[in-house]
Amino acid sequence: MNLLVQTLVAGLLLGGVYALIAVGLNLIFGVVKIINFAHGELVMIAMYATFWMWTAWSLSPYISIFIITPLMFGFGVLLQRFILQPMQNSSPTIKIFVTLGLSVLLQNLALVLFGGQYRSTTFPWAEQNFSVLGVTATYGRITAFLVAIALVIALFYLMKKTLTGKVLRALAEDRETAGLIGIPVKKYYLVAMGLGTAMAAIAGVLIGPFQSVFPLAGAHFTLLAFVVVVLGGLGNMAGSLIGGLFLGAVETLAGTYIDPALQQVAVFAVFIIVLLVRPQGIFGGSARNAEVGLK
Amino acid sequence: MLQVKNISAYYGDAQALENVSLAVSESGVVALLGPNAAGKSTTLRVISGILPAASGSVTFNGEDITTASPQERVELGLVHVPEGRKLFGTLSVEDNLLLGGYCGRKDRKTGSRLERVYERFPKLKERRNQDAGLLSGGEQQMVAVGRGLMAQPKVLMIDEMSLGLAPLIVKQMFSLVQEIALEGVCVLIVEQHVQNALAVSHHGFIIESGVTRVAGTAQELMESALVRESYLGH
Repeated sequence: MNLLVQTLVAGLLLGGVYALIAVGLNLIFGVVKIINFAHGELVMIAMYATFWMWTAWSLSPYISIFIITPLMFGFGVLLQRFILQPMQNSSPTIKIFVTLGLSVLLQNLALVLFGGQYRSTTFPWAEQNFSVLGVTATYGRITAFLVAIALVIALFYLMKKTLTGKVLRALAEDRETAGLIGIPVKKYYLVAMGLGTAMAAIAGVLIGPFQSVFPLAGAHFTLLAFVVVVLGGLGNMAGSLIGGLFLGAVETLAGTYIDPALQQVAVFAVFIIVLLVRPQGIFGGSARNAEVGLK
Repeated sequence: MLQVKNISAYYGDAQALENVSLAVSESGVVALLGPNAAGKSTTLRVISGILPAASGSVTFNGEDITTASPQERVELGLVHVPEGRKLFGTLSVEDNLLLGGYCGRKDRKTGSRLERVYERFPKLKERRNQDAGLLSGGEQQMVAVGRGLMAQPKVLMIDEMSLGLAPLIVKQMFSLVQEIALEGVCVLIVEQHVQNALAVSHHGFIIESGVTRVAGTAQELMESALVRESYLGH
């Protein structure tokens, strides 16, 4: 019983970070209507940045996060402006090839620059244990979970209450009408891409202290984020939060009770079952999927 | 105020407009009439800048805006209420209205503009927090017009305002259009229902197959042979 609770807690803690990554992907998908296959690479870049800032300058991840996040926001804006925006009116297939190509490019760039070895940000405080009622977790994982969930909730608030959020939701629903009533559509695409990238980056910094980074680390996160988004419904933000937590639990439970090597198998078993039984996602989507070639 | 000269436009390879011209003066109601698929909505799309004109020109207050962005045109006061209302259905009534005032938000008078829209449509105030997609057709049309008014239009173009609405609501909407025009706004209405539209307009244009066929005062149009034969049936 204790093992079950322990495993479940570990899974949910990790799931919070998955939710943050997936919410970023979902925001980009919902607003910009681009399926970003390079989303995991954004996490990977932030993990490398965390590692190097810690190794080279002894900057703790919890300080460097304030440097890496705005930089990655800017990186997202540049990606949108110079790579995705020129492709905006291309066919969905072309857009998919562009982001897929971007992902391969970033992976190989990391390989050339940093080599293929696994690198860990060993930050002692993050590895200390914290116990409550016999359940133990490291400070690093707890912090990652709390920050991730707080940010996901902050994003919900932004989307619901602020003018920027309302504009983004209007764009997600009907970009032509949004343009017609005088909203600068391209500018808000930059905002959406910047926000989505920043969220992936924050997730990357947060998991830095307990997961090693290597050039292909991002691929795992891209796939996870896609499963979460499909699970929660394309364009459905709350669905992504619940989907992320669920997937974290599934992954960890499979690792503990079946075999660590089968974690990904469990994740994809869930993915395939959802696609077969309820392709619109457990909570349903709200985005117009035809525009990205999913219908 | 608004002048459209000899515009043509295409959807891909299909020509939708061949040669449309119209002119709209300072205030009052102007009707753009014609049968289904004549190019009325396409004309509005060219005027508001979401469809580029292949040839011809659009001038607003003496300024050539043929290649201006939709946003620039809204800022000038050229506002389009699209066919089918096109509300943001998952956003509340109030949010829809606020987004209509996006371009003018920096003068910090959005709140008072919102109040004026609520005075005009008290029903919308009652439903301000409901999702716009859940309203009745008439109420949705009110939100669509209200969203347009939030942008402080000088020319308000309303596409197929009466489509799918009950006769009583249609009557209300037409008298609303007259009220708006009395406040110094020029309202350009696109209608299939010729008689209703001409009853509230002072000028009208008839387009057929992407070409302006007749232009004149409402009176002249009512009396013209083409209108009598094709639209009024006598």
